[in-house]
Amino acid sequence: MESKGIGWDGKSLKEMLEESEKRIEEKKSYYGIERLSLKEENPFKYERAYASLRGALVSARETALHVAASPIVTEIGELCFGLYTPEGDSIAVSTGILVHIHTMSEGIKFMIREGYEEDPTINQGDIFLNNDPQCGNVHTTDVQTLIPIFWEGELIGWAGGVTHQIDIGGITPGHTLVSSIQRFDDGVYYTCRKIGSNDKIWRDHMINAKKAVRSPMYWELDEKCRLAGNLMIRDAVYEFIESEGIDYYKKFIREAIEEGRQILQKRVKERLIPGRYRASSFMDLPMKHQAWVPIARVDRMANHPVEIVVKEDGTFSLSFDGASAGGANAFNCDKGAMEGGQWVLLTQILIYGDKVNDGAYYAVEKDYPLGSWANPGDPYLSYQAPWGNLIPAYTTMMKCLSYGLFARGYREEVVPGYGFTGDSIQGGGVYNAGPLKGERWMLSTFEISGQGLGASAVRDGLNWGYAMWNPESDLGDVETWELFQGGIPYLSRKVKPNIAGYGKYRGGGNYGSVAFIANSEKVEFFAGREGLVFHGSGGMHGGYPNSTSYRLQATNTNLKEIFQNKLDYPISDDDTTNGEFERFLQGDIERKPIGTIYPISLQNYDIIHFSESGGPGYGDPLERKVGSIKQDLDDGLYTSEIVRRVFGVISEFDDTAKEWKIDIEATNKRREVIRNERKEKSMTFEDFWEYERKKITDGSLYEAVKVMYSDSLNLSKKWGKEFKQFWKLSDDFQMEVK
Amino acid sequence: MKEDKKTLERMLRGDLSWEQLKPIIADQKDSNRFDMIIEILQEKLKWKEQIILPLHEHLYIVSKGAKRIVKCDCGYEFGDYKINWKTKCRIRVRDTIEQIEELYPKDMGSDPKWEELREYYCPGCFSLLDVEAVPPGYPVIFNFLPDIDKFYEKWLGRNPPDKG
Repeated sequence: MESKGIGWDGKSLKEMLEESEKRIEEKKSYYGIERLSLKEENPFKYERAYASLRGALVSARETALHVAASPIVTEIGELCFGLYTPEGDSIAVSTGILVHIHTMSEGIKFMIREGYEEDPTINQGDIFLNNDPQCGNVHTTDVQTLIPIFWEGELIGWAGGVTHQIDIGGITPGHTLVSSIQRFDDGVYYTCRKIGSNDKIWRDHMINAKKAVRSPMYWELDEKCRLAGNLMIRDAVYEFIESEGIDYYKKFIREAIEEGRQILQKRVKERLIPGRYRASSFMDLPMKHQAWVPIARVDRMANHPVEIVVKEDGTFSLSFDGASAGGANAFNCDKGAMEGGQWVLLTQILIYGDKVNDGAYYAVEKDYPLGSWANPGDPYLSYQAPWGNLIPAYTTMMKCLSYGLFARGYREEVVPGYGFTGDSIQGGGVYNAGPLKGERWMLSTFEISGQGLGASAVRDGLNWGYAMWNPESDLGDVETWELFQGGIPYLSRKVKPNIAGYGKYRGGGNYGSVAFIANSEKVEFFAGREGLVFHGSGGMHGGYPNSTSYRLQATNTNLKEIFQNKLDYPISDDDTTNGEFERFLQGDIERKPIGTIYPISLQNYDIIHFSESGGPGYGDPLERKVGSIKQDLDDGLYTSEIVRRVFGVISEFDDTAKEWKIDIEATNKRREVIRNERKEKSMTFEDFWEYERKKITDGSLYEAVKVMYSDSLNLSKKWGKEFKQFWKLSDDFQMEVK
Repeated sequence: MKEDKKTLERMLRGDLSWEQLKPIIADQKDSNRFDMIIEILQEKLKWKEQIILPLHEHLYIVSKGAKRIVKCDCGYEFGDYKINWKTKCRIRVRDTIEQIEELYPKDMGSDPKWEELREYYCPGCFSLLDVEAVPPGYPVIFNFLPDIDKFYEKWLGRNPPDKG
């Protein structure tokens, strides 16, 4: 006998999902909805209803985060909650790490498509866990808890919560592992697994899960945090239904999503211009001299070309056609990561502050080319640090939309890009002294949550206070980080000069920090960020990209003697050619121009320097007001030498007044010299074309660049055709690679 | 929020404080903004061609005879807006360490083997119009090709200025 489905009116969830997809395809609206009848009939009731669900989600997040103990969750707020339809489309979201709102949607749909309704079955009180990028996640470190919500025997929705872990049991300690090259290095995988029933997490699961990671206490409390939030959301849904009735609820959740879709279209028509937008960003993967496994010992460069076409009806397409290939590295992105990324950008640029839900997702056509880093199609690759491509790649979307915002007159909304929420120093060690002797400490500083924002077309970028990808734009308190990573106390955190992208309006600046190893053994340290290329798609309208990252560490130092003798120790690396490390320390000081390094071993009194990202600039730096430059100098954002070279401003520090003074006459002369240099050192486009084309044809390109071109040419006929046409190459041109 | 012309002029000059700018960013957008900005820009320019679309801090798509061309505020004409204006620029390529380190401190700029900087100047006034950070041999990027007729006719509900 055929059993009754758990969906509406006896349907199975699979039938509901198929019907929803069919209606969307046929009518080009969410669930085929043609009018927002509830809003039209009683807008106050409709808006109150949405606000009550939204409020419940925010409240659940704010309460649940206190169940967790991890500073990444409690301090930086790396969690979020969402309410979903039975088919898995998000209706409303909490505040928090919004990249995951759509990723959880994909997790729910995976369970429906895989027939979870029959086996392992979906019942009231069941708890499911997911962190698999193959079915709607960014990387294993983001862990999702999903619970079904039933009302009188029907499944009427899902509640979902996600937290970012400090450690996920991968090949090395940490949360974004750069040395992972295959799925089996990524840490523990839970592929939409049932882990509890009757609102309780099964004991056997918790025992296993805690043994699978290096931070079991944080894991357990994070799991309880997510479940607590979900149960609060379920209660809120019941209250909603008791107040408004189940029929209203069922109609309301679909109309709210359709309204979200319509809002995006209206916003696009309000803010942009129809047409074609393009930008490209790149990422370096300098693994040739670092990787442990032979297949990964290659330098690679990722190509992130983006094309957005804004259409007449206010929808748009987003294509990564021409992206280079995925491979044996940690930076591969699966569909969940890409769609989550698109979602974050949309909520930050266009659909902030209104019906934020999966409606916006349905208003955008996506193209993540199979075989590229944006959709490798190989589940056995590593997806542990997709951020390495995701973060720079999506700056292109921000820049593209900024061209439209500018042309439409909304110059205050223009942002060419954001700082790299990377350089997350990671690793950990074991205390070998003090009250925690023998205990493990995790290095997971989330200073990445405070980056420089790009300049706009009317103002400078925000300093150290923006994170495209993280919910709280906050470096976090040093004292809080030291609480759980006490083996690496800070020596300093101070503004680092020359990080902000140059321009008429400069990008946001940022901090640099110095820390040393103390009372520890078995210390591993690594980090990930761009280093050999500039971050993202650079500045706009003449603005320059912000500076790149680099690595600086000192081992076998005399820091212990320095402390004993109360001598000066390094607190910055403001001058990279005559640094404090070299001046104050004895030991092995190593500088590397790369940002991504495999784990290295450190010992007590070894020292590291790390710094966060600036934002790209906007406009010609020669047009920057000298008063603004003076302020930059007084704030320590630029050095006088960089100001002279780039902005053409001559300055001198007034020791009496303790401030910088600008020499206006000398500045005018210097700016004239730079303008003349532009004439002398530039060439016509025709000469440029010959000069650059030779780089392609004479075989002199660096191998990583050649492989990047070869990948893009092989993966996309369209991109390849344009490339060959631009350089007037033969149709059968191939980039020769080893 | 409806900003007056004076406020928008100050915004374009970069003269608004954060306290003055924040409500403009946060509030509902003024649907008349496009026309107001064009009016302000047109008054500032020393040449007479009608702006069809502001494209850049210095560049405009304007109506010139029967054509739509890109024109710099200095008066230099880049030609048909459907052809990437960057291909009419004077270009400086920074593809050595020394050239990169003229702008960025050691280790804080790209390695030119991996990525070079291209500076695009207006051939008329030598304003820096764009900076591309791309691998050597990357085609010049055509950032924005607007669909002008669709914008005016379908979104604004009127003819483009050059079509009466």
